[in-house]
Amino acid sequence: MNQSIIQTQQLQFSYPANEGENAPKTVLNGVDLSIERGSFTAVLGHNGSGKSTLAKHMNAILLPSGGKVYVDGMDTVREETLLQIRKTVGMVFQNPDNQIVANVVEEDVAFAPENLGVPPEEIRRRVDDALKAVNMYQYREHAPHLLSGGQKQRIAIAGVIAMQPECIVLDEPTAMLDPIGRADVLRTIKTLNRERGVTVVLITHHMDEAAQADRLVVMTQGKIIADGPPKQVFQDVEGLKAVGLTVPHTVELLWQLRQEGLDVPLDALSDEECAQALFHLMHP
Amino acid sequence: MALKDITLGQYFPGNSFIHRLDPRTKLLAVILYIVALFLAKSFVTYGMMLAVLVISIAVSKVPPKSILRGMKPILFIVVFTAVLNLFYTPGEHVLAQFWIFTITLEGVLQAFFMVFRIMMLIAGTFLLTYTTSPILLTDGLESLLNPLKALKVPVHELAMIMSIALRFIPTLIEETDKIMSAQRARGADFESGNLMQRAKALIPLLVPLFISAFRRADELATAMECRCYHGGQGRTRLRQLKYQGADYAVLIGFLVLTVGVGVLGHFGF
Repeated sequence: MNQSIIQTQQLQFSYPANEGENAPKTVLNGVDLSIERGSFTAVLGHNGSGKSTLAKHMNAILLPSGGKVYVDGMDTVREETLLQIRKTVGMVFQNPDNQIVANVVEEDVAFAPENLGVPPEEIRRRVDDALKAVNMYQYREHAPHLLSGGQKQRIAIAGVIAMQPECIVLDEPTAMLDPIGRADVLRTIKTLNRERGVTVVLITHHMDEAAQADRLVVMTQGKIIADGPPKQVFQDVEGLKAVGLTVPHTVELLWQLRQEGLDVPLDALSDEECAQALFHLMHP
Repeated sequence: MALKDITLGQYFPGNSFIHRLDPRTKLLAVILYIVALFLAKSFVTYGMMLAVLVISIAVSKVPPKSILRGMKPILFIVVFTAVLNLFYTPGEHVLAQFWIFTITLEGVLQAFFMVFRIMMLIAGTFLLTYTTSPILLTDGLESLLNPLKALKVPVHELAMIMSIALRFIPTLIEETDKIMSAQRARGADFESGNLMQRAKALIPLLVPLFISAFRRADELATAMECRCYHGGQGRTRLRQLKYQGADYAVLIGFLVLTVGVGVLGHFGF
């Protein structure tokens, strides 16, 4: 069996030219990426880097203008396997309000299995299980519009989990949330990855979120410019700054110290690691 | 005006006898109730209808206050109907007369009955939406209208459209409130001026609202596709609709009520 759940080969995508423009607008410019089963990958990039467009290719919402996208070995341009692809790769979007279909939490979570024709008893089991997985079971009979942003987003995640996908792609799921909501959602995502083995692709422009992934892919202008463990990717501070991205505060601090000629490592992502590095600097 | 007060199409989760009834039962019962309301002609039959309504509200445990609050938006229609009936009902017992207006005893009664009828009609339908989750409601509608599929009526699609509309009412109301505040902060005036000026003042409110609604629709469609929505074919449901003993009892009860009111009306009550 193929190790990677999602694979893109020389993926290109461009929007057709608007009136008054000559050339079509290229958004993705030859992306080669393969996502391994059970991994937690973050895709980092600023606005317009093509990261959301890339995400939409991962379950055939957009189809490539050039190159190929394979989900679990299935080519996304083939109509026959469309439902199978969408069932394999679930997608969560930025605005929780615009992805909740039903007026009651549990009925919303049931939406995907209903579409898949799952028998009612099995739907009930999956809904309860999905709500427990995102820690929202006690809200199952609530009206979604009365919940907080973070809670709504967790409902949206539960709605995807209920499909029992192998992989979840989250397109800036925390962009509209307050810090508490962000932390809740991120914790949920990590739990799903660690405890249930769900492959996670997190699209984000938050450095601290990206730092929590196992693998970090940096995009700019429709291309991947860096790919590796966050510790390694963030060491290239100049490279990231050159494309308009910042680095986590801890790395920034250590980098500044290094600029001043101090000998500190750059690979400290958590506050603790950073403090350790500073401690070693002062007590060699 | 706080837009949040509009409770149209909102559901109060609960577990009362009425909540647990099959949505189809409730839909049919409300239709029968409305028919009965239009057949009612006298204090006796109106009294019966009122009794049925009051008992239903009491059993449903829905706070009567929220039903009354929901009536606020239709207050204008109620007053308008009352005035029309008051002045334009011909009759023999003239109570007062001035200029071209004549108030008759029949007019007063007619106005009273009309107001009562409208308010009871609204209260009855509100009770339906308050005690039935919109998804169950549309499920019920879909199931009741299912025979129309043979005539190529897109029953599932209509039911889906309705349930999504209901889902987005509170969201869009919230958004309207937000845009109104934003425009007010920039000096927009929604409350003064004549009708024309007020209508014009709504334009800076409606344009952003429409744009945002279209964007929401677009995103929702994508999200639905991501969750494997592909029309009504091969869909199953979390909750299966099933008539219970109570459903038959309620349906028979309302059927008897409607026929009874009709018969009483026929004999002049």
